Amino acid sequence: MDFEYLLQLILNGLFVGSFYGLVALGYSMVYGIIKLLNFAHGDIYMLGAFSGYTLLTIGAGVIGGQASIVVLVVIMLIAMVLTGTVGLILERVAYRPLRGAPRLSVLITAVGASFALEYGIAVSFGPNPRVYPIRLGNESFTVFGARLTYAQLAMMLMAMALMIGLDQAVRRTRSGRAMRAISQDPKACLLMGINVDSVITRTFFIGSALAGAAGVMSGAYYGKIDFLMGFIIGLKAFTAAVIGGIGNLRGAVLGAIVLGLLESFGTAWLGSEWRDVFAFAFLILFLTVRPTGLLGERVTERV
Amino acid sequence: MSKDHPKETIVPDAADASGFVNAVDDRGDTKVALAGSGLAPGRATKVNPVSRLISHPLFGLVIVVLAVALPFINSSAYAIRISTDALIFVMLAVGLNIVVGYCGLLDLGYAAFFAIGAYTAGVLTTTFGWPVIATIPFVVVAAVIGGLLIGGPTLRLRSDYLAIVTLGFGEIVRITANNLDFTGGPNGVFGIPDFGDFGLRADIATYWIVAVVVALAVLASARLGRGRLGRAWRFVREDEDAAEAMGIHTYKVKFAAYVTGAIFGGLAGVLFAVHQTAISPPSFNFLYSALILMAVVLGGMGSTPGVVVGAIVIALLPELLRGAENWRYLVFGVLLIVVMIFRPQGIWPHRVGEKPARVRRKRVVEDEPEMIP
Repeated sequence: MDFEYLLQLILNGLFVGSFYGLVALGYSMVYGIIKLLNFAHGDIYMLGAFSGYTLLTIGAGVIGGQASIVVLVVIMLIAMVLTGTVGLILERVAYRPLRGAPRLSVLITAVGASFALEYGIAVSFGPNPRVYPIRLGNESFTVFGARLTYAQLAMMLMAMALMIGLDQAVRRTRSGRAMRAISQDPKACLLMGINVDSVITRTFFIGSALAGAAGVMSGAYYGKIDFLMGFIIGLKAFTAAVIGGIGNLRGAVLGAIVLGLLESFGTAWLGSEWRDVFAFAFLILFLTVRPTGLLGERVTERV
Repeated sequence: MSKDHPKETIVPDAADASGFVNAVDDRGDTKVALAGSGLAPGRATKVNPVSRLISHPLFGLVIVVLAVALPFINSSAYAIRISTDALIFVMLAVGLNIVVGYCGLLDLGYAAFFAIGAYTAGVLTTTFGWPVIATIPFVVVAAVIGGLLIGGPTLRLRSDYLAIVTLGFGEIVRITANNLDFTGGPNGVFGIPDFGDFGLRADIATYWIVAVVVALAVLASARLGRGRLGRAWRFVREDEDAAEAMGIHTYKVKFAAYVTGAIFGGLAGVLFAVHQTAISPPSFNFLYSALILMAVVLGGMGSTPGVVVGAIVIALLPELLRGAENWRYLVFGVLLIVVMIFRPQGIWPHRVGEKPARVRRKRVVEDEPEMIP
């Protein structure tokens, strides 16, 4: 295996990993705060792709055929607000009434929410895949012999900016501090006068917005979207979150990069038809060997 | 709770929030999946006519008689085909009910065991020319191996890990079947022989065999739920730590539930392979697993009659609502949320545990102290 090929695999892995990272962050945040596996998170990503699609279709006349990165960023921001709002509504309607309920009920509700989102889109947009009205340019440059398109580079940078922004927000701001506090001890937070509900709502908003951003990016990059596209990426993002240690934001990003690289090398080794099997088998293996993840705390149940 | 917090405090939703905090603190971390406690005592007492009907001791008998008599009532190929499908679905639902309903473990990849059963039977009969009956031991072994592979590492962890790992497992099995050569790739396996026609019309013979197997399976799952192991399962579901403290080996008990469920799924897969004569990977997607789960949830987790009714409804509904597939799934999704919020005990709640009639009779006739030390 020569150096260029190796580097190409690493770049591909990083690119895919940055998508996984954006989705995994939402998973990890929600899990860290209310210990809920939000199965609908992958579908929020799908919803992001579809809201981007709708916005582009509406605005096609204004934009014209060729898309610039600026247009994409604007569309992405609007889509982020939209998906964030959907996440917020989801929390309010489906998850909040069940906060005192047994965990199984909440999990089943999450499956129901995922189903409702998927088939809601299937009903309103039709079950067939849609082609994104814009395609990003294919111009590429070479880094030490490995090929990378400008679009890929721009997306990786955008993803990185969002991740760093989130990390700083959680570490520096007041509401970020509230989030971290709730993930440690919700009861004490309540006693300290933190409005737990509004922090949870905000968490859902941010997590869903990030997933929406990833959705728009993947729609623009791959060009094709369908209502089941969130299913596999939801699973992958969960895998990434587990690898990094669920509930840990930096861990989620690290896990996503590890998973992206693993998939990239796994695909080169076994062929692309085994990519998903490889990733999930790795999830099971990882849970057996190190269930706490690379940076996580203990996850076994305790009294 | 809200009385301790006057409404004018700075925290607007103090009552809500503290309810949540209690939940996270007291249950979220410690008590796993109190599935049935949705069967909160206060709510479960509300009985509707359907649930009274399905709780009746003769209900099961009537259903079995109806199922066996069907070919005499309507022997069209269509009726036999959809009834066979519905019966196989019933078997899957009672199998999943053991895992989800009795033990409170969420399995989102149940179709994987169904696929393992169907493919094991399919490959052994077509490639190696075995009779279907001879494949059954191998199907059981394959299903148990699948259960060990998934249950082994994950049942030790938080219960929600199982949900997502099973989801992944469902995909692994489907994609593997799609990629391998000996499973026929995307075309699947075809030309699977049936059990033999015993001088009857082939589909009716298969129907009766399926009906008998499914009836036995339903009976077995109901009895399992009432036995010693069944009580242990419920205990684990209601409060895992208390169960552990009472000397129940929770890991083993959960494992038993998971593997039993796997065997039920595998055997249902054999029936499916025989009935369809051809199987291919798309039959075993996540949608199918979700539909089985829906049957269990709508019917009432842990209640065998409820789950049987739920499965029949879910299996026959598409026949009534042709062409509205996506709407149907949308409604199912919303229904799952609504049921979990308003009626976690299922649409047709059924009293779990000892049959009420029997308990009453015992008290009246024998009239002796319940517990002799």
